[in-house]
Formats: sequence, structure tokens, C-alpha cells
Amino acid sequence: MTERSYVEVKDLRREFDVSKPWLNRVLEGGEKQYLKAVDGVSFSIAKGETFALVGESGSGKSTVARMVVGLLPPTNGEVVIDGVSMSSKAALAERQRLRRRIQMIFQDPYASLNPRWQVDRIVAEPIRAFRLIEREKEITDRVGELLTLVGLHPADGKKYPHEFSGGQRQRVAIARALASNAEFIVCDEPTSALDVSVQAQILNLMRDLQDRLGLTYLLISHNLAVVRHMASRIGVMYLGRIVEISNGRELFAHPKHPYTRMLLDAVPDVGMTGRQRIPVSGEIPNPISPPSGCTFNPRCPFANERCRAEIPPLLGGVACHAIHEGRLAVDAAA
Amino acid sequence: MTQPVLSVRDLRVEFVTRRGILKAIDGISFDIAKGEVLGVVGESGAGKSVTGSAVIGLIDPPGRIAGGEVLLSGMRIDNLPPEEMRRVRGKRIGMIFQDPLTSLNPLYRVSEQLIETIRTHTNLSASGARKRAIDLLAEVGIPAPERRIDSYPHEFSGGMRQRVVIALALCAEPELIIADEPTTALDVSVQAQIISLLKRLGREHGTAIMLVTHDMGVIAETADRVAVMYAGRIAEIGPVRDVVQNPLHPYAKGLMGAIPSLESDTDRLVQIPGSMPRLSAIPPGCPFNPRCPYVFDRCRVERPEPIQHSEHRVACHLYDQSSAPSEAVA
Amino acid sequence: MADAIQAAPASHSPPTTWTGRFFDSDIWASFKRSKLTMVAAFLTALFMASAILAGVLSPQDPFDPAQLELMNSRLPPIWDAEGQMPFVLGTDEQGRDIFSAILYGLRISLAVGILGVAFSATLGITLGLVAGYLGGTVDAIIMRIADVQLTFPAILIALLVDGVVKAVLGGQLDEVTTLSVLVFSIGLSFWVQYARTVRGSVMVEKNKDYIAAARLIGLPTPVIMFRHVLPNVLGPVLVIATINLALAVITEATLSFLGTGMPETMPSLGTLIRIGNNYLFSGEWWIVAFPGIALAVLVLAINLLGDWLRDALNPKLR
Repeated sequence: MTERSYVEVKDLRREFDVSKPWLNRVLEGGEKQYLKAVDGVSFSIAKGETFALVGESGSGKSTVARMVVGLLPPTNGEVVIDGVSMSSKAALAERQRLRRRIQMIFQDPYASLNPRWQVDRIVAEPIRAFRLIEREKEITDRVGELLTLVGLHPADGKKYPHEFSGGQRQRVAIARALASNAEFIVCDEPTSALDVSVQAQILNLMRDLQDRLGLTYLLISHNLAVVRHMASRIGVMYLGRIVEISNGRELFAHPKHPYTRMLLDAVPDVGMTGRQRIPVSGEIPNPISPPSGCTFNPRCPFANERCRAEIPPLLGGVACHAIHEGRLAVDAAA
Repeated sequence: MTQPVLSVRDLRVEFVTRRGILKAIDGISFDIAKGEVLGVVGESGAGKSVTGSAVIGLIDPPGRIAGGEVLLSGMRIDNLPPEEMRRVRGKRIGMIFQDPLTSLNPLYRVSEQLIETIRTHTNLSASGARKRAIDLLAEVGIPAPERRIDSYPHEFSGGMRQRVVIALALCAEPELIIADEPTTALDVSVQAQIISLLKRLGREHGTAIMLVTHDMGVIAETADRVAVMYAGRIAEIGPVRDVVQNPLHPYAKGLMGAIPSLESDTDRLVQIPGSMPRLSAIPPGCPFNPRCPYVFDRCRVERPEPIQHSEHRVACHLYDQSSAPSEAVA
Repeated sequence: MADAIQAAPASHSPPTTWTGRFFDSDIWASFKRSKLTMVAAFLTALFMASAILAGVLSPQDPFDPAQLELMNSRLPPIWDAEGQMPFVLGTDEQGRDIFSAILYGLRISLAVGILGVAFSATLGITLGLVAGYLGGTVDAIIMRIADVQLTFPAILIALLVDGVVKAVLGGQLDEVTTLSVLVFSIGLSFWVQYARTVRGSVMVEKNKDYIAAARLIGLPTPVIMFRHVLPNVLGPVLVIATINLALAVITEATLSFLGTGMPETMPSLGTLIRIGNNYLFSGEWWIVAFPGIALAVLVLAINLLGDWLRDALNPKLR
């Protein structure tokens, strides 16, 4: 048997109804409006791998994350995890079993922990909900073990979330995600609310846990440097679509899609290497009325008539007419 | 040497709470010269934003300036009466905040806000002020300014709004601009545009800029000199290239190593153990000593004063030749 | 793990016991700062205590006809020349001791108030929680009912309920039924405020990620609603409940004053004021004045407490 992907996302789509209320539409004569937050996203993740989705605000990366974990039903498409489709009605029992193995780490550690609960109760909740351990004493031991695993002290369990710093709270959130023996963890901007030195602690911890427990990560981030540091494969999203998908090193060494190139050029140069960069122009268009054809065409220096009319398919890891037609050399920006 | 635009001498800011007095800023000194961009960088709780607020006299009770002085082109401004300070703030110091919406009144057109500000600080006529406002919008890179000027703030995108705020800050041709996290709320691609705009304006107008941010990348791109703050003090201050590429203070070293890079590959990031102390629990001696890998006895008892070390000034006992354990200095 | 971090050393370590936390809290500090609030809290506590201990404190049981002497009727307060012990605040036309009647009346008023508030809060919180969390049609239905309800003044609803119950059960009701009707009608007229406040807070809380985390582990919706959301939306409810207690006491007094409330055989403060009102112009001012003062002070004290609580729980106002 060939190696099967652990997570398989197929043609995922999600629309949001952003129409005005019914009464206003009747009185003001407006149409129903839909926002295509995610528009045909497919990717797969191998077991033990970190796959990252990177993009700016409005790219739909967080919506993908919420659909993958099952917090948000997709309008179309499906998520298959370890061979079980998360959308099929038939496999309800199987999906319930699977749920234990999928957890999420959220962006804002101040909002992801119930402020009125002590930390040990927060961490123990998945254990109790899935009835993994029945005896209270053993639950306490397991919670202490989890807290130690994420670099906290078992005695910290008696504290409330507000007694911790942002980084420590994120550790608690990680302990909670691990409490149900999860194998696949979706991390939605796990460090963007944290300071750099704390971000380094959390990223190192995530890597250590991956090595130790064989975790699979889906990492959502807007920070290219974080993505490069963490991920083995990366998808770049722009306005609900993946415009480029490639292996991590390759993406940064030889970016193909004009948007990827622009994004890399926009990142401030911390090392002060003085590398040559093309200035960035324009802003992300309103996703309610995206440009026709390739959504990047108004900002793209290589756009032509076909780009304005026809949506480019994702071929050879990149969705760009200019590259498919050979108008744009793949190595140009390296 | 010419007189600096902004000169801060031993500034102290305290917050009085029912559990005692918290020292948010504990004796910091720095200068900004004409046309210079000083980056003030630090993690949350370092006191970088409070420094900005103290300079523009916007410390509200229970906070208070407890000592030191702030000089704007040689004139002391930290003890001015509120009314006069308000005039200085509008005319001689411009401000740019993280969220552009806090600086713009949503109920008025951009033109009204710009023209009002221009006319308060200059003696231009209404039509002259409008012309100047359009020029300013063009200068900050807003396309078709003569048309966009009559829009309301909500009709602009985030990046464009921040450009309007920058135009507003430039209205009175201030000597100094305080920019507090001006790009934090923006996407990377827009951030790059705002950074280059700020840089260009500082150069062209000779405006001194104090850029407060947590993002080392923004500082590296924009600033001429950088001050690294930790727990209400300046740990290290110096030319940006030196500090970024060759930091001296152990905290600055850790901070630089903690940033994942786009160029080099590392398996593990340098991590500084622990986190910034709360204001109520700043350790004695050097505030960084519990987290410092090079800590020695003196650090726990004596507060390090800034020492000149080549082009940097660094507040660390390691660089005091008389006391440091010689093998520790990297 | 090697890089285990230590929690930042705090000079002020928070206490671990529940009471310790309370006395360490900002709320307690703000309570100690406000003299007015301390007086209000003392008065409220005094009223509550005297209502509970009415049987012990009062020289006479005003509900026991055997203890009433017609001879003692319409006695002025003790400081008047005609005043007699033990009738400190005088007596009414049946020889009932006003002081004792106030204590017992307080008991009835507070009982109706507290039960009414408890009823309206339970109703309002539950409906608000359901509306806010489920949203959609359920939300629309509950909140439209609330909107319609708000167009009727509380008194009108109470009168309506009273009328309907009387029509159904026929004529005069016994004391306990009257009390239940009062509690029900007051509860019914005040739930909207709780529902709206709770719904608003729930809509904020339900989008926070700790709710998403609870959904991820497959907790059923009612469990999430009551275990996770409810405790985080109760702060504002406490404020409303306190202020509504004063309102409920007033509403009960109004109803009793209008004659649809507590009967004279089991008078509340409102009933006492109604009775006294008849004698106001014949010179026996004390029959109405003392219950009136008691009611006013009680309501004022509770309101002050509520105001303080609102400020203390909302740090933005400070």
C-alpha cells in the first residue's frame, strides 16, 4: 500500500451570507450577498508533518482551519482524516472517535481559556468529556503530567488563567489540546498574540512535542518567518484560494507566484542583509466583490487579458497563467 | 554638536495603585536628532508606549511623571500647563497610533479634519488650507487626493486610513512625530508601504521620528538608532545596524536570536526563559537578572547604569571592565 | 522539559481560599473606599435582619387579633404626650403597633421582592441564554416577545395577571395565593431586562475560543451553555438583580397601595401606607409616615448598593 495522507482536504468551499437583514432588503431593494471566504482549497498532510497555510487578512486561512477541525460546516468539499470523511453522515460513530484525535490551539490565549475555571479543570475537561480516565486521582496525575510536559508546574493547576502571562496561557491551551491524546493539532496563529521571546518558547515547545509525540500540525499564520521555521510544506493563500503550494525551502528560495514574491519582499529585513526588493503596491481587494479572473490581477505586474478573465488552475504547485504560459520565468525572483 | 529635537533626561513614570507605586518607566535618557528615526523596541510591559505617552504629556492618573525632564528643541515640555501642552502637541509634535480610527473622527469628512488642523496651526485661508491638505494626501500616497479628500474615514481601507493619519500628523509641520505601533494593525504588504512612507517623510522634512514598536523587523527597516527597552529601562541603545547584527546586552541578544529568520535555518530558536516581570515584581539590581544566562552576583544587587561601549550604550555589568567576570563577555 | 519556565515571581501572591480571594479583590477595596456604600449595605442588612427576626423583635404580633386592644387604637408615637409604651411609633385604628406592623410588613415586602426577582431572573437568564446562544429563529421569537412585553408598563402587567387570576379562581384570594400572584406578576414584568442583558453578553462570549474548545471535545450544547457560558455572563445580572429588588419592592407597594396587593390581614409596607393614607388628613400622620419612611429608606439603600455594584463590576467607569 502506498503511503496514505493523514489529512486530505478536497475542494473545500465556504460562503458566508453577508446580506442585509430581510426587512432591509425588501425595503431598500438589495440583493442577497455572499462572501466566498474559501473557494476551492485542496491539500493533504502526511502523518507527523507540519503543513502551513500562510496569507494576509481576508485570505480565508482561518476559515479553512475551522472547517478542518469541524467547528464550521463547509459549503462544499470534504475533509478526510485518517481515511474517515468528516462530512459523511454514515460514519457518525467513527467521527466521534476521530474527534478525540483532532484538537486546536487558538490565537488569543486570553479568550481560549474559560476565565472562571481553574487551570486543572480546564485541562481535565477533555479527559472527562471523552471518558479517557475514570478515577479522579488518576485524572489529577494526568493533568499534572500534561502541565509538566508543556513546561508548567503541576501546582499551577490550582491557578486561574488571569494569573498567567500570555505565553503561559498558551502552554495551558497546548496542554488541553494534548489531554485527549490528540494526534492532529490545528494551530490558528498560535503565536501572533505573543511577544517574540515568548513566541520562540512556544514554537520550540511545539517542535519538541512534535518530535516526542509524533504530532501532525496544520499551522495557520500570517508570519512568513514563523511558517518557514516550522513547516515542511506551505500553501500560500490569497482571497480564498491557494495560489502556490510547495515544499518549505523551495518556496522561500524560488517563489513562483507573483503574490508569493511580493509577500516575501514585503517582510521587513531583520538581518539587514540589504537584499534587493521590489516595492509592494496596492492592497487586498474587498472579498465581497473580488476581481474577475485571477484575483491577484489588479496588483500583478504580469497580468494580461487572460488573467482578468479566467481563473488560473493550480498546476505544478502554482496557480498563475503567466507561469503556466512561460511568460514568467520560475527562477526570476531568486 | 547641534541641539537634539527631543531630549529625554532620566525620565520616571509611576502608577499609583492601592498596592503601592508601580514604576513603569525608571530613569531613561535618550536624544533624537533632526531627521533621525529612533526606534523604541521592547516586549509588552517594557514601557515603550508609556514612554511615548510621557513625551507627549498624555499620562493620565493614576499615572504621573515622577522625575526627569523632556526637552523639545531645548524647551522643557514635561511641566507645561495642560492647555499649553495641548498646543505643543498639535503644532510641534505629531502623533500616529496603532489604530487609525482612534485618530480620525468618524463623523467628519477627511477634508474637514485636515483643513481644521491646518488652519489651527497656520494662517492659511480656507482654500489655501484645502490645497495644502490635497498636497499632503498626495504626498502620503493617496491616489486621486482631490477626489478622495471629501470621503469619510470609513470609506478608506486600513492602509489608506493610516496614510490619512500620517497626513494629519504632518499638517502643522511638526518637529517630532511619535508613531506608536503604526503598522501593527496592518497586513505585511501594506506595512511595507507605510514603513517606506515614514522613512521618506522623515528624510524629506527633517522631522525627528520616535517609532515605538514591538516588531524588530520594522525597526531594522526604518530606524537609524534603536533603544531596546526592558522593564521600564533602556537595556541598550545604539545605531540600528550594530544593535541588530551585534547586540551587546544579553536581553537584546536573546531577542534577536528569538526571531525566526527568512534567510538562515535553525532547528531551535534562541529562547529567553521566563517572561517580562510584572511592574509589581521587578527584581532588584538588574531587572533582567533572573532570566540572564550570564548573571553574576553584582547583577542581583546593583542596578547597572548605561556604559558607553563603542557606539552603543548598554546597561549591563558585563561591560564594566572593573567588575565583569572576564570570560563571560561574548 | 529542560526549558521549563518559572512563573514570574510575584510580590503579591493571590490568596487561595474563596474568602481570601474576596477580601483581596478590587470589589472589596472599592467597597471599603465608599462610606455611602457601607452605610447602604449596613441599612440593607439591618432591614433584612429585622424582617427575618420580626417575630422576636416586635412587641406585638399584628396578625393575631387576640393581641389587639381597641383601647390602644390611634395612639401617637412615644415622644408625643399621649404616647404609650410599648407602642414606640404609635398604633393604627385597630390598636395595631405600627413598629411591629412595619417589621412584619418588611418581611412581606422583602419576601415578595426577593422571590419576584429570583423568578424574573431565572426566567430572563434562561431565555436570554437560549436566545443568545442558539440565535436565529429561536432568538427572533424570544426577543420579539420581549419587545412586545416592554411596551406594557410593569404595573399594567401585574394588574392584568392579578385580574386574570382573580377571574379564574374567583373573588377573594387567601394570603398565600395573593403573595404567589404578586411574585408571579412581578417576575413576569421584569424578565425582559435580564434576557436582553444576558443575550448581549452571551453573543460576545459564545464567539470566544474557549467555547470553540468546548465544542471541539463534543460537549452537548446545553452543557456548554450552562457550564461555560452562564458563569461568564452573570456579572451584569447581579447588578440588575440588586436594582430590580428595589423596583420589585416598590411595585409590590404600589400594587398593595392600589388595593390589588396584600390584604389588610397580612399587610406589606404598601398595604400599611394605604391604610394610613385614610387617616392622613384626620391628624394621625404616624400611621402612614413611618411605613413610608421605612419603604423609602429600604429602596434607597438597595439602590445605592446596586449603583456601587455596577461601578465596581465595570472597571471602565472608574
